Amino acid sequence: MTRLVPLPLVLPLVGAAVAILTGRSRTIQRVVSLTVLSLTLVCSVILLVEVDRSGTLVAHGGGWAAPMGIVLVADRFAAVMLVVATAVLLAVAVFAIGEPSTERNHVAFQSVYLILAAGVSGAFLTGDLFNLFVSFELMLTASYVLITLGGRRAQVRSGMTYIVISLVASSLFVTALALLYAATGTLNMADLSTKIATVSPGLRQAFALLLLGVFGIKAAIFPLFFWLPDSYPLAPSPITAIFAGLLTKVGLYAIVRTQLLLFAPDLPTGVLLWVAGLTMVVGVLGAIAQDDLKRILSFTIVSQIGFMIMGLSFGTVAGIAALVYSMVHHVVVTTALFCAGGLVEFAGGSSQLKRIGAMLRSAPLVALLFLLPALSIAGIPPFSGFISKLSLVIAGFGANRAIIVSVALGVSLLTLYAMMRIWVGAFWSPHEESVPTVNPNQVGRFGAPALMIAPTAALVAATLVIAAAAGPIFSFSERTAADLAHPRTYVSAVIDR
Amino acid sequence: MTITLDACAAVLFGLGTYLVLQRKLSRIIIGLGLFTHGANVLLIASGRRGVPPIIGSDTGPMSDPLPQALVLTAIVISFAVTMFLLALAYRSWQLTDDDEVADDVADRMLSRDTSPGEDVADQAESMPEPVEVEVEEL
Repeated sequence: MTRLVPLPLVLPLVGAAVAILTGRSRTIQRVVSLTVLSLTLVCSVILLVEVDRSGTLVAHGGGWAAPMGIVLVADRFAAVMLVVATAVLLAVAVFAIGEPSTERNHVAFQSVYLILAAGVSGAFLTGDLFNLFVSFELMLTASYVLITLGGRRAQVRSGMTYIVISLVASSLFVTALALLYAATGTLNMADLSTKIATVSPGLRQAFALLLLGVFGIKAAIFPLFFWLPDSYPLAPSPITAIFAGLLTKVGLYAIVRTQLLLFAPDLPTGVLLWVAGLTMVVGVLGAIAQDDLKRILSFTIVSQIGFMIMGLSFGTVAGIAALVYSMVHHVVVTTALFCAGGLVEFAGGSSQLKRIGAMLRSAPLVALLFLLPALSIAGIPPFSGFISKLSLVIAGFGANRAIIVSVALGVSLLTLYAMMRIWVGAFWSPHEESVPTVNPNQVGRFGAPALMIAPTAALVAATLVIAAAAGPIFSFSERTAADLAHPRTYVSAVIDR
Repeated sequence: MTITLDACAAVLFGLGTYLVLQRKLSRIIIGLGLFTHGANVLLIASGRRGVPPIIGSDTGPMSDPLPQALVLTAIVISFAVTMFLLALAYRSWQLTDDDEVADDVADRMLSRDTSPGEDVADQAESMPEPVEVEVEEL
């Protein structure tokens, strides 16, 4: 079973090489891409089942023992994120193939996309901080190419901001690694988890905050989110969907992993609470101020990141369980929402709310596919967002954090308002006569190509499944949270072999 | 020795930060190069000094090879990303004939008026769209 652990990382890399070699034929490229992602998904599901049944799996690179060699660790948290991420990557790959635009016809699209997949898998599976850096770079470099694919003027401008910010974050990451290595002499996370105790408490706090800042830039938490609503909306829709669904969550995963594994006893709770509250509030206020569908959605994900940081900041097992469930829910629902947003933009011809309207009549299926995840992200029962928010609220009261919980509930209400603005602007309101009309691309009966509709519908169905199967998923989240709250199991699985 | 390296890293960080905050793209890129090198120098400084860690040379304490291996990886990564940035800056210069980082249109619209009128929205739409140049295949 240990042999399966490196596969989610290796398969996409091999696929990327094959895809670039077969660049002459788009069909072969697509077949390779979809096959590789499907195989990766199968591997991830097997890993998840196996890890949940018989404990953490560790693969030692080259047979070297843990603190010296390179390790890949699949524990419950990594495995579940891997399954969700790969499923979402597969759905968006189909969506990108279905979308008739110039970007997806680019020769490099499929291979760069697979490299992104490899980076995401690597970030989830890696057992040491330096490989986390390498995986991040793999993922980010691929994302630089994807976000500027097509090379339009606005894309180049926003892509530049995105790359500069990410590169500064990466340099800070290297700085943090240098300081950590100088202080402890190791970068293996399990090893660090025990050795960090020898470092003075003040220095430990400084490391915790430094890593929070580094990953906070990627996760788009409060003072560091400004690049996200600026750069995401300008990329092609499938790329925005995968970035919004996955990349910020990989940053969040790194925050959760490092804070709980390395700094668990003295978590910077006060800082996390403030960051969570401000991220939620500022994000949702930004969403309300915008007038463009993709920008509203981009600000909404910033605000939702705040909810998950809130779960972490409680520092209780219940809080972490709610966080794990929320992450699973949020990856799927955000991607579904952005895919639906892409459908609206495609069928309506624009993403500016002033320029589209009355789409409930012209594209009813698109309206339905948008409405379900929109209600879910706002936390309306019976959708998965409701269960996520409910568990967070219960955990918050359990940890005696009534103020932040009330802030969170207020933010949920404003999220609903932001979603309803899109709903009214795009689906209900009539076309404004004064605004020059845009030519909508009506294709087929549903308003968009079937290959765009089908993956969106699958993602929306997945959010409904996450809500319907909330019992088993949440009890799994609780087991994951118990693992995360007690780093000893992780450490003994990695070191004692 | 470590003091020299640390001071060097500090200077690189300082200069890099100053240059990244400029408005010209070329300066930002040079600034980023300095900034990443500051981080790399710091990574080198995190290891132990000593004789080369080769079997047979067992006189005195050996140097720690791990930070050097790490820094090689970090250098390669920052090199690749800097090259990509340069290509993008060239593309930006091709499209705008300028080296300056442009403002975000939507941000400007929001700051001018919280609910932009049709004329502003139209201006944004009718911004001189660049000539679609086919991107060179990789």
